[in-house]
Amino acid sequence: MKASAFSYARATSVANALDLLAAHGDSAKVLSGGQSLMPAMNLRLINPELLVDIGDLAELRGIVLRGDVLRIGALTRHVDLLQSPEIAAHAPLLTEAIGHVAHPAIRNRGTIGGSLAHADPASELPACMLALKATIIVRGQPGERRIAAGDFFTGIYETALSPQELLVAVEVPVARKDSTHFFHEFARRHGDYAIVGAAAQAVVRDGVFADLRIAFFAVGDRPLLAKVAARLVDVAITPVILAEASAALGEELDPQEDQQASAAMRRHLAGVLLVRGVSALLGRPDLSGAPA
Amino acid sequence: MTTAATHSERLSVLDRPNSYIGKTVPRPNIERLVQGRGLYVSDMVLPRMVQVVYLRSPHAHARIIEIDTVAAKQVPGVIAVVTGKELSAVITPWVGVLSHMKGLKSAPQHAIAIDHVCWQGEAVAAIVATSRAVAEDAAELVAVEYEELEAVTDMRTALDPGTPVIHASLGDNLAFERHLDAGAVDQAFAGSDEVVEADFVFGRHTGVTLEPRAVVADWSAAEARLTIYQGTQAPHMVQNIAALHLGLQDSQVRVVCKDVGGSFGIKVHVYADEMATYALSKLLRRPVKYVADRVESFNTDIHARDHLCRGRIGVKRDGTITAFEIDDLTGIGPYSMYPRTSAIEANQVVNLVGGPYVAKNYRARTRVVFQNKNVMCQYRGVGHPVACSVTEGLVDLAAAKIGMDPVEIRRRNLVPDDAYPCASPSGLKFELLSHHAALNRLMAMMDYDGLRAEQAALRKKNIHRGIGIASFIEITNPSAAFYGVGGARISSQDGVAVRMDATGAAICQTSITEQGQGSESLTAQIVGSVLGVPMERVRVILGDTDNTPYGGGTWASRGAGIGGEAALQAAKALRSNILDVAAAILQSTPAELDIVNNAIVNAGDGSTRIELSELARIVYFRPDTLPPGIQPELMATRHFVPRDYPFAFTNGIQASWLEVDTDTGFVKLLKHWVVEDCGTIINPQLVDEQIRGGVVQGLGAALFEKCIYDERGQLTNANMADYLVPMSGEMPDIDIGHVVSPTAETELGAKGAGEAGTAGAAAAVANAVNDALRPFGATITEIPLTPQTILTALRRI
Repeated sequence: MKASAFSYARATSVANALDLLAAHGDSAKVLSGGQSLMPAMNLRLINPELLVDIGDLAELRGIVLRGDVLRIGALTRHVDLLQSPEIAAHAPLLTEAIGHVAHPAIRNRGTIGGSLAHADPASELPACMLALKATIIVRGQPGERRIAAGDFFTGIYETALSPQELLVAVEVPVARKDSTHFFHEFARRHGDYAIVGAAAQAVVRDGVFADLRIAFFAVGDRPLLAKVAARLVDVAITPVILAEASAALGEELDPQEDQQASAAMRRHLAGVLLVRGVSALLGRPDLSGAPA
Repeated sequence: MTTAATHSERLSVLDRPNSYIGKTVPRPNIERLVQGRGLYVSDMVLPRMVQVVYLRSPHAHARIIEIDTVAAKQVPGVIAVVTGKELSAVITPWVGVLSHMKGLKSAPQHAIAIDHVCWQGEAVAAIVATSRAVAEDAAELVAVEYEELEAVTDMRTALDPGTPVIHASLGDNLAFERHLDAGAVDQAFAGSDEVVEADFVFGRHTGVTLEPRAVVADWSAAEARLTIYQGTQAPHMVQNIAALHLGLQDSQVRVVCKDVGGSFGIKVHVYADEMATYALSKLLRRPVKYVADRVESFNTDIHARDHLCRGRIGVKRDGTITAFEIDDLTGIGPYSMYPRTSAIEANQVVNLVGGPYVAKNYRARTRVVFQNKNVMCQYRGVGHPVACSVTEGLVDLAAAKIGMDPVEIRRRNLVPDDAYPCASPSGLKFELLSHHAALNRLMAMMDYDGLRAEQAALRKKNIHRGIGIASFIEITNPSAAFYGVGGARISSQDGVAVRMDATGAAICQTSITEQGQGSESLTAQIVGSVLGVPMERVRVILGDTDNTPYGGGTWASRGAGIGGEAALQAAKALRSNILDVAAAILQSTPAELDIVNNAIVNAGDGSTRIELSELARIVYFRPDTLPPGIQPELMATRHFVPRDYPFAFTNGIQASWLEVDTDTGFVKLLKHWVVEDCGTIINPQLVDEQIRGGVVQGLGAALFEKCIYDERGQLTNANMADYLVPMSGEMPDIDIGHVVSPTAETELGAKGAGEAGTAGAAAAVANAVNDALRPFGATITEIPLTPQTILTALRRI
């Protein structure tokens, strides 16, 4: 289990990294935290000719609050997100979600940019980006592109990022004062890939959703912002309405079958998550089957 | 003294001043290991050492048409590319059968497949290079032409006439079959008020060791001697097997076992790739290292437990269990493993079902079939988890059928504590067990009645918790009945040599091995206690066929009971010899003297007479001052093997308390209890942690672990992301209690404790899940209990 031989370059600047990517294209891979890339190389699932290590690029690291936007550098590690007071104050959904990302050793190395660019459909952060209405910022030699999270993820391990581009940052709108969030995933063990997960950001006024964005993951080839959420906004939610929404959600999804769960089980669990998420966001345990 | 002197013991050898027996003391090797000074085989580097990588068959069943190694040999750094045919010049094939497993058959297995590959992962060529990376590069250039054959994967159809026979020379795919019929089973079922039947399904799983299998083989042409550095549980067995198939005498092979990163029975076998590595060293006349990578580990480390077992139980309305019957089927892969065979687990299932109970009517059949999957063999618990899950599952089903509490039905049927010695319907002899004492202790520890009340209260809140109970018996301290009688050169006896050095410290060589379970500690505790010196003054040497007495090693829960008794007897003998010398020096008699805390003392008042260091100085440097005729023997060796009973059975009982989320099928383990009886406890912490570790492996079996093969015989989850080992986040607190019924066969009184946890954990969990699901009318008799399985049983998906 050793990687085949490859060349290695430690980028000295974003411009230098982009030069290398422009020169090598598909045959190069960007090394960020290495938590997905290195195992794949050691298993010889991928054999890049060149690794472009961006670990030295301090400009890609860190969390900055600018007005009502949080800018998170691509090299920001999961552990830094988890411990960041800015994230906890302005994007608490992320703080909660990061706790579900693998294990501490992996969170100490893995980066947000790496996770988003890798676009594993079972991973937590892409779904959070959808729920948070984030913008993903990529840079290539022609310049910078700002891509809405909803347009960024295009398939299993596929994104709008071209091989010549580098994901440099994400921008997340600061959570409104009256907003609330929910995150949960069903995984066989703590830290495992989710069987089904959901990340939600909502605004609740007088017990009614003024806004609800709920993104599911591990239920398709990319994270999915549930359309059914629209039915739950500006209405008094009853168990009947929620059950109907849950059923409708099943029709939105086209989940894959794997060793952990059949497609039917994923649909079922997504429905359970919707019910539990809405119940939690509204603070109404009665909606999730608990005795009133 | 050359004459054996006997000293009257005023104190038991275990009940001496400053005894370590029964005390939690730190393991002597712990600092060395936590400071990173352990030496594992993968750490080893020898001059001229090269690395071998095995190219493995991608097919479950195929004929090898041609192997082209030309391109691979041209890769810079490659030393050799060796096929099975080429290697067969230096190593002979083997057949994994033993004569006491009547009818067991298997086919000759080669170190590297020659023309027929029988499972995905079987080695087809060895690539030897200066580094593992180079060897892996070259392996990609070895071109093997295969003719794919139909794979036999489903054990249920392996014996059908239409199924291909894997080894034509054997005639069919049946490796072993055993029938047992005790008492009057049909009559007993006919006389039962209820007969309950269920099919129990066990996932194929494996013992995932932190350190993979690893070996460095070093053939010295000058000495005509092979040194094997290997993480093994049985160094002398490896010595014998390697010598036998390389055409050497045992004395030409030295096996050295340094630190081992987990074994669990996985490392008690001799694997084809290890044999190939020994052979390659002989062929290339240089040290060769093989370290399995994780994917190889999943594809080649023995698997276990893949059983389908139909069970029946008869019960009367008063709770009396009338009979057990099982029909067991297991698929072991294409070969019976060498040299312990792959019939043992099925044989154990037959032996152990119904074992804790008084019912005398028992019928069993087991069939062991070949299939094109990785080999199966003995892994921690061997047969116990299967037998326990079937037995305890049936007992719970019977209790539910007659509306009796699961504890009450056990109380009415467990063998009474005053019934010993006695035997089971399958002929197992029990010296002294304590089922009822253990059950009573468990009830108190877990507050059974309180939990039942809590369970009922939570049901009203739509929270579904379950309690599962599992009684078990465990085979420990095996005598020659296990392997020796079947013709295997696997020693059932162990030896310990203890000597006093010139400063009065003890050096102890033992034939048991250390793989983390505490063999080194328990040996030092026993020797220190019996000899009368602190543990820090006892150095223990293990794992070297050149430097320890001959013996079995550490497996089948035998280290403490057998190796510990040998240590006790050796230390006693040395103590006697020391007291003889002391008496001569002090002009006293041995009976008036004792050894306490590094000194010879007056037995009567404990006053110090002479320090051991001074006695040693006289013995080693001024023997001229000793009285005439005295020849001190400050080294003593003793061996021990159980003879009265084939096995020292232990017993215990486990309980699980868990919650099932009936919307998602997820199980949350809330608490686990074990009460077990391993006789004398040498080190409570080591015993408890062994049990906890065993429980965790059983919980893995219950909820997580399964080697998933597809219909073509491809292992589809051979990695740590997809094969789910139990991890701390999901584990409950595990409370442990003890009942102590020492075996009278030894002075030490210790029985084994290594497998008790694994034996009953899955059964307790399965019973608890079914207890939780009882209001839903769902019963599951399949492990692992995955969310998918549970939701399906609940008809939620």
